[in-house]
Amino acid sequence: MSILTIKDLTIAHVGPINLELKPGEIVCLSGASGSGKSLMLKAIADIIPASGSLSLGDINSINVLAPIWRKQVALLPAESQWWHDTVGEHFKLANLDLELFQQLGFARDCLDWQTSRCSTGEKQRLALLRTLANKPKCLLLDEPTGSLDPDNTLVVEALLKTLATQQQIPILWVSHSHEQINRVANRHLVMREGKLVTYE
Amino acid sequence: MNSVIPLSAIDLGIAASLVVLLALLTWWLHLGISRRLLIAAARTVVQLLLLGLVLKYLFDSSNPALIMLIAFVMVAVAGREVMVRQHRPFKGAWGYGLGTLSMFISSFAITIFSLSLIVSPEPWYLPQYSIPLLGMMLGNTMTGVALTMDSLTTSAWQQRAVIEQRLMLGEDWRSAIRDIARQSLRTGMIPILNAMAAAGIISIPGMMTGQLLSGSSPFEAAKYQILIMFMIAAGTGFAAVMSSWFGAKRLFDDRQRLRLERLTVPKG
Repeated sequence: MSILTIKDLTIAHVGPINLELKPGEIVCLSGASGSGKSLMLKAIADIIPASGSLSLGDINSINVLAPIWRKQVALLPAESQWWHDTVGEHFKLANLDLELFQQLGFARDCLDWQTSRCSTGEKQRLALLRTLANKPKCLLLDEPTGSLDPDNTLVVEALLKTLATQQQIPILWVSHSHEQINRVANRHLVMREGKLVTYE
Repeated sequence: MNSVIPLSAIDLGIAASLVVLLALLTWWLHLGISRRLLIAAARTVVQLLLLGLVLKYLFDSSNPALIMLIAFVMVAVAGREVMVRQHRPFKGAWGYGLGTLSMFISSFAITIFSLSLIVSPEPWYLPQYSIPLLGMMLGNTMTGVALTMDSLTTSAWQQRAVIEQRLMLGEDWRSAIRDIARQSLRTGMIPILNAMAAAGIISIPGMMTGQLLSGSSPFEAAKYQILIMFMIAAGTGFAAVMSSWFGAKRLFDDRQRLRLERLTVPKG
């Protein structure tokens, strides 16, 4: 149960961004392509350099080792990457939550699948499971249902809403779909010319 | 047969005519390398004759300060060569420094080790031994380091998304770049592995050929060649490991973020 606080976050011509994500809150972010949404998510995950300050609860990001910050403030990129031959090699098998796999329609044998044979949609859902396997305290999702069919989109939305409510995880969710934003968002922000504004 | 048959200017001229013939052929085939070929051949003549002159003076004087100076000039030039052979070297002094430092540490350490413990000339830095050995070491280490660094930086550039994804999942920089660094090491060490595997069966190595031509006993020449091969293998391997490690580290900042803007953008 932590609040993510972003203060004066500035990356090149994006920002300064000030934002607070409360426990369990889903904040949706939209805006034209190239407006800096993905850049902002990367900066919050401390993947790219930016000025300003980030904190989770009362812990500032600079006081935490970067890999630990990234596990806690987990970013799911729009396009997932896979580097091992099989799906299972991308997971730490010891702490696997098979129930989550089942909720997204996967049986255990999916771990033996060749990554090169997975469809884009399968990869996107598996990438979400891989991110959740780190037990993050805050989620940054870059179009997490961008490659999914309508049914799977609803399944993923339901799973994420449950996570937000039950585990009080704040979620910053980039989406281009107004229907989706209406279904999941507690708040809707828009990125315009590198600045965040409340959607009206 | 103990004396060398001396070569006259006419002898070298006849050999040069072969290169000129090749240049004509490449010009006729529109390969666009005739000019480079002739310039490279001219450089060979000038550089090697100069080397001959310098070595003659060096062997006569055996001045340790002068040997040191020549050795440093050799490393400095090799370092530049390593940098220009990379598609995306690091920007600024790092581009030159990383490869040069790795080569310097590895080839000096191995050469000094071999001179003092194995060959043991008197004094240990006797230029007839130290300069050719260091030259062989640098020539090969240079190729190994250039290949390693080129593979490392090019792969990191191409696989940016994978490296960043691994960082996003909480891997540290070592783990995120491990596969790429390993591959770069393999790439850097392939030439020497091939050379060792083929030595004596498919090819007679350059130095051994030289010794045979100058009248050494074939067995003695073979032993020197073995020594050289092992020195080169160790030197190339250690330099490749160092350059790969230094390079990989330089690709990330203190917050373990991938910093590809530290690499040069290739022209054209």
